[in-house]
Amino acid sequence: MHHPGVSYEGKSVSRAARDPLWSRVFLIAGALVFLGVLLVLPLATVFVEALRKGLGAALETFANPDARYAIWLTLLVAGISVPLNLVFGLAASWAVTKHDFRGKSLLLTLIDLPFSVSPVISGLFLILVFGVNGWFGPMLNSLGLQIIFAVPGIVLATVFITFPFVARELIPAMESMGREEEQAAVILGASGWQILRRVTLPNVRWALLYGVLLCNARAMGEFGAVSVVSGHIRGETNTVPLHVEILYNEYNFVAAFAMASVLAILALLTLVAKTMLEWRIQRLQQQVVLERTRHRDPALVGPQP
Amino acid sequence: MNKILTLVATLGAAAALLAGCSKKSENSDAQETKVLLNVSYDPTRELYADYNQWFVQQMREKKHLKVEVKQSHGGSGKQARSVIEGLPADVVTLALSADIDVIAERTGKLPANWQKRLPENSCPYTSTIVFLVRKGNPKGIADWGDLARAGVSVITPNPKTSGGARWNYLAAWAWAEDQFHGDEDKVMEYMVKLFHNVPVLDSGARGSTNTFVQNGIGDVLLAWENEAFLAVNEFGSDKFDIVVPPMSIKAEPPVAVVDANAAAKGNAELAQEYLAGLYSPYGQALAARHYYRPCHPEMADARDMARFPKIRMVTIDDRFGGWAKVQKLHFTDGGVFDRIYTTGVGTNQSK
Repeated sequence: MHHPGVSYEGKSVSRAARDPLWSRVFLIAGALVFLGVLLVLPLATVFVEALRKGLGAALETFANPDARYAIWLTLLVAGISVPLNLVFGLAASWAVTKHDFRGKSLLLTLIDLPFSVSPVISGLFLILVFGVNGWFGPMLNSLGLQIIFAVPGIVLATVFITFPFVARELIPAMESMGREEEQAAVILGASGWQILRRVTLPNVRWALLYGVLLCNARAMGEFGAVSVVSGHIRGETNTVPLHVEILYNEYNFVAAFAMASVLAILALLTLVAKTMLEWRIQRLQQQVVLERTRHRDPALVGPQP
Repeated sequence: MNKILTLVATLGAAAALLAGCSKKSENSDAQETKVLLNVSYDPTRELYADYNQWFVQQMREKKHLKVEVKQSHGGSGKQARSVIEGLPADVVTLALSADIDVIAERTGKLPANWQKRLPENSCPYTSTIVFLVRKGNPKGIADWGDLARAGVSVITPNPKTSGGARWNYLAAWAWAEDQFHGDEDKVMEYMVKLFHNVPVLDSGARGSTNTFVQNGIGDVLLAWENEAFLAVNEFGSDKFDIVVPPMSIKAEPPVAVVDANAAAKGNAELAQEYLAGLYSPYGQALAARHYYRPCHPEMADARDMARFPKIRMVTIDDRFGGWAKVQKLHFTDGGVFDRIYTTGVGTNQSK
């Protein structure tokens, strides 16, 4: 029974080994050129352009109060929308994976909505709902609240755009976990909160952190939706991506690229953190597998240290 | 697990703390800072950056007021749209009066006769439309007629969103009317050919300038005079030439206080002073320095004034009967521009 599988594997390996040299060179070179032109080169350009007139000129960008405000606003917006989406994402994926209810697939579709809608359209939605002439316009006006063209609008737009990130990471993690452990906890008399805190969360913590990281990266970099609702007031509603555009349009290239490299550095840090997390998750999974095998048949694992 | 919770909580607390700190530092000054918002069109960025600095200093020295002026720039039509949708502008300094008319009409935040409230039809400076071409003018562009030639690529922003683009459009229209002695069909034919030659319509004048100057697209940019001068100064006269056509249009970008917004913020008086300063000797000289034609040329530096070429200019009121009429006829949905542009798109491939 085992034989055909082995010979199939053997064949495919030997075929790969017999690939002509030119095709291997061609494929690898193609991939490298593609990576270089589309990823490395643009990224390098950002830093090269920022440092074109020396480090001093690049750093001068951050002496400008509007630039500093843009960085601060970006951090504020991410600082509000990421925790919110952490809670929303956790609640949504908990509901979807641990419970059965009517309209579940509808909820799943809704979670993905921000991925499928163009960010500019999301921004326009917000204007239609919260703008002066929108549905809530008269009410907000009488309360003296400004949402569109102010920080709350930017936060709303960012929350909407980054909504799926945490949920999308958690749902597969929670699904692969199954419900057995929670059911066991219920039988042992745990309350809902206890189950979430002591059983579910510890199992998905790395996926959760991973989702938060991606969510944060997007929250800081979002341009389209924020651009629509911002009103572009310098020093008031300009985030880093919007400020980059302004500086570029004012022929202030060094400053524009210096600001852009702030975003690029944040992205690179996110990437490093993400890689470390993935490595961590992988090791953890191996450990779990190892432990399970151990429980079943200690002889399989070999001598204990 | 607890570590992560702590981490998240710490981050949240830090953000809240930061928010609190920045608020405090803003309020800690004994005197309240008045913040004025000027919503303007695209090419005025450099002018108002300088003017705001002067105005803030004036207020501090003469009135002992702490003032901060915030700016927002974009295509004129887009900016008007934002003010209508609630952008709390104290003053608007847009590219043409039709855009401020729309704000007055839709929101009632300023009276319909706003343009009569300040001298010179509320235009402290004017400008005109010229051509920016690649060095040496390889396509030999000299007049409006050359823009409709086959093989010439013309860059202009979208008249629906940009004020400058509407001035470009009307200048071309006025030239064609003169050229064809008012034969409407021939004027339309010319306009269709011209817009065949436009490969991209950016939403604002600065976007178009970037398309032409930095992305290297097109043979000729239809530009505000000040925008053309600025591009030559920024990128060197060894790359571009300014071509001044024999005739053009007098572009009148008006300014206005948005009364209801300014009053709500307690800025009514300040907003008026802000605009009055544009008519002062300093404001006029500054406008000329930034290549805007001041309404009082005698107040500007003679050397700045000498840079402006002499052009025969038609005006919107004399030639077209005012913006209200033009806006309705040419630029509303289904108007003349839409007819020209949709005819243009289908036949663009033949180029």
